[in-house]
Amino acid sequence: MSRLGALFNPGQAPWSKGIVRKNAASPSPRRAAALALSLAVAIPAVALASKKAPRPAAEEDAFIVHALNRLGYGPRPGDVERVRAIGLDKWIDEQLHPDRIPDPAVATHLASLRTIRLSTGDLLAHYEVPREAKREVQAKRAELGDNASEEQKREARREFMQKYRDQMDGTPQDVVQDLQSAKILRAVYSERQLDEVVADFWMNHFNVFAGKGPVKFMLGEYERDVVRPRAWGRFEDLLRATAESPAMLFYLDNWLSADPNAPASDRAPRGGFGRRPFGRRPWFMGGALRPPAPPAGPGPGPARKRGLNENYAREIMELHTLGVDGGYTQKDVTEVARCFTGWTMRNPRQGEPRFFFNERIHDRGDKVVLGHRIKGGGKNEGDEVIHLLATHPSTARFVSYKLARRFVSDEPPKALVDRAAETFRKTDGDIRAVVKAIVTSPEFASPAARAAKVKTPFEFVVSAARASGAEVDDARGLAGRLAAMGMPLYQQQPPTGYKDTADAWVSTSGLLARLNLALDLAAGQVRGVSVDAARLGPARSASDADAVAARLVPSGLSPSTRKTLESEAKGADPARIAGLILGSPEFQRR
Amino acid sequence: MLTRRIFLKSTGLALVSFGVAPKVLLRTAYAEGSRRRKTLVVVFQRGACDGLNVVVPYGEEAYRRLRPTIAIPAPGGGREAALDLDGFFGLHPALEPLLPLWKEGVLAAVQAVGSPDATRSHFDAQDFMESGTPGLKATEDGWLNRLVQSSPDSEATPFRAVAMTPTLPRILSGRAPAVAMANIRDFALRGGGDGMAARGFEQMYEGAVQDVLHGTGHETFEAMQFLKKTDPGRYQPAPGVEYPRGRYGDSLKQVAQLLKADVGVEVAFTDVGGWDHHAAEGGVEGQLAARLREFGPALAAFRRDLGDRMQDVVLVTMTEFGRTVRENGNRGTDHGHASFAFVLGGDVRGGRVHGRWPGLAPEKLYEGRDLAITTDFRDVLGEVLARHLGAQDLSRVFPGYGVSPSRFPGVMRA
Repeated sequence: MSRLGALFNPGQAPWSKGIVRKNAASPSPRRAAALALSLAVAIPAVALASKKAPRPAAEEDAFIVHALNRLGYGPRPGDVERVRAIGLDKWIDEQLHPDRIPDPAVATHLASLRTIRLSTGDLLAHYEVPREAKREVQAKRAELGDNASEEQKREARREFMQKYRDQMDGTPQDVVQDLQSAKILRAVYSERQLDEVVADFWMNHFNVFAGKGPVKFMLGEYERDVVRPRAWGRFEDLLRATAESPAMLFYLDNWLSADPNAPASDRAPRGGFGRRPFGRRPWFMGGALRPPAPPAGPGPGPARKRGLNENYAREIMELHTLGVDGGYTQKDVTEVARCFTGWTMRNPRQGEPRFFFNERIHDRGDKVVLGHRIKGGGKNEGDEVIHLLATHPSTARFVSYKLARRFVSDEPPKALVDRAAETFRKTDGDIRAVVKAIVTSPEFASPAARAAKVKTPFEFVVSAARASGAEVDDARGLAGRLAAMGMPLYQQQPPTGYKDTADAWVSTSGLLARLNLALDLAAGQVRGVSVDAARLGPARSASDADAVAARLVPSGLSPSTRKTLESEAKGADPARIAGLILGSPEFQRR
Repeated sequence: MLTRRIFLKSTGLALVSFGVAPKVLLRTAYAEGSRRRKTLVVVFQRGACDGLNVVVPYGEEAYRRLRPTIAIPAPGGGREAALDLDGFFGLHPALEPLLPLWKEGVLAAVQAVGSPDATRSHFDAQDFMESGTPGLKATEDGWLNRLVQSSPDSEATPFRAVAMTPTLPRILSGRAPAVAMANIRDFALRGGGDGMAARGFEQMYEGAVQDVLHGTGHETFEAMQFLKKTDPGRYQPAPGVEYPRGRYGDSLKQVAQLLKADVGVEVAFTDVGGWDHHAAEGGVEGQLAARLREFGPALAAFRRDLGDRMQDVVLVTMTEFGRTVRENGNRGTDHGHASFAFVLGGDVRGGRVHGRWPGLAPEKLYEGRDLAITTDFRDVLGEVLARHLGAQDLSRVFPGYGVSPSRFPGVMRA
């Protein structure tokens, strides 16, 4: 029997999905066989394993791999040993308190990204295409007429961009690329792995879209100053901070929402009559402040009527708090929208856009939201709505369900969701407590949860880079691959965010993109990323697939994958073997 | 080994050999006297497109009154007005490239069409339209996939059902094999010419029998090999045809390439986003106009590119719901109810607006604010499936609905 073959016993496949694991750090067949045996014995006890009763070594390592896959973006070479040395429970506790973990590597890797520390105002001033440039491009296009070819249009754009390039520190595209790079680099290099997962969860929960108007310039602040500092705090604080953030105000249009019955002087005039000279327009229509300009539209145009906009009111209930079946009606949507009238900002495209409550466009009437009477007042109405929603039982349940789905399985056990929701209610929405309840639960530890999640493209790409010990000097190549896989970072247009379940990501095209990335990554063919082949396998036995497998998939490979490696990878170089392993069915799961 | 495909094939065969060939078998998937297949192309406009500003009811006084700043003016005003269709409806002027198709009689519209469920959630409404079961969240597969399931075909190629999208959409997910492909060019495995990687991966995924990735792996390798042989990339658009730039134009261009390469496509799907215009939707100019300038020319290019092949193709558009009749405070519209559909194809009764117009009088509006639905989207699709693809029994495609010819809007020449 070959070395590969000796390492597993199909008859003992301990968990679902047909994946058999072996101990990561035991290249010796005899030891591995013994461990496999002890694994099989240990499994039934896992769910009940408490902190007091130490887990058997092999199970402990398997659990460490599971934890590294769920509380982070998968193990790097040596991670299993490091966590084992610290002790898994202690490591999990550390991860739950990221501020206690030193993280020097991240700063080094982010140092070259020029835009990620800038304010929205700085980005707008130095990275946005000047208005004159946009106008000139439009004029040129109009001159070319409708019959111009795509090539001519592109040429016109290039020409003007060239001209204005000198006045700018960079392009809007640079800003988005820096955001994407920072996200990838943090996930690959941060020691605060769970912090990255939780931040990603909230950024996705409170999704905004870089492609909508100036949102790309607001996203840096949004993630850095709004979401991340509250990612572990009280849910209500996070909800309120997003509600008041320029990124969300713009993305879901609330900054435009106004009482349709506000006095005429406080609303823009109705189109067609009552039009005022520009100089006398109310502040919110005057100067450079305008509703979002259509991409190929006619520019500022005449002053416009303003009124109620339901967009944010609907999504805060459907997506941010109660969930679509959380018990609200169309009437509630309209009432919540009325409460939020006047939650706006002065100018989303100039200076530093900041939240501002404009009482003059606020609907002062009384409202009824979810059966609660909200007396007409001012900004406090929106605050009341936020409190009402954040403390609603549907919210506890919906948020807990989503967290459990992220950490445990696509269909998380009801008992777990119930307990997490209970924690949410008891702790007044303490996010750390809810996350802790989930990742220290028996359901999380259960064999049924192992490898139960199919990685999203982001999880796949980052975990592949980590597993192979890749050096990512420039993350743009990886970001491009993610876009091709249907997950362009910060560019999910619908407010639902990216899906977190297997059905969304299992497809022919998606699989092919993963296989190609696996091969390219291992072969050093991804721009800006290098993999040291020598690190993938011991130098003396460079073609030893087993050694490479142990490093890349410490949780082990299935019999079928091992058989394939034996027959197809004989004599191949470590890079090729690594490519096959990173593309294997096992590596698509976490 | 029992793969999904073989399972499907053998169930189909078994039914036939016992003499109980299911009624749902497509009567004939082939055009008469030709090896070409009848094809259905579905385009989903994600984000809820405002049908009232696309197929404009300019003849309705309430339309202008409720949309003081974003109504499209009645025809007569040159390029700044609706393009007249029938004296009551007009096309948004940005859709001018579609007028020749309208006049040629291959393009029809259906107004006041939609899904009867009351939801105004994008996510739920799209889900219902893709599952084909409004109100039922538990439905596991998409109706387009069930359509393929309902007519097992031992001759089917891997491209029988294809989505030109980077991920497999809900509408095509299910038991029947389906290929998702962001781009024909990229649908190949790199990494050396020795074929080792391809062989290795294929074996691994064949071996992962209990994994959901198994079926996907199988479909991927089958499709890849098939594609290598037929090389649809060779098929360039017909002379003078230019698709608009962007993913949507590209995807329709590639559907045309696949059709011209005769790779056995029966259903194709693509989607196009950006229709959720809560602000600055605008009228003749604005966000909607900008989207339509990509949407319309792509359809026109598709039709011209396909030429005579359009005889065997029907393209249907859908969107999850319409938008409020009354414009909101930001030159936009909020989530509404009924919207519209375009139907394009050689055997379409084109050049007319189908469906019963419910009107915009206050008492006619759904929940007092939205265009009411007078045509269930499943009736439009049902008619296309029955009369174009020859489907006999649609109860499996749209379970619990009872598609009946009596409700067909009449978009297809009988």
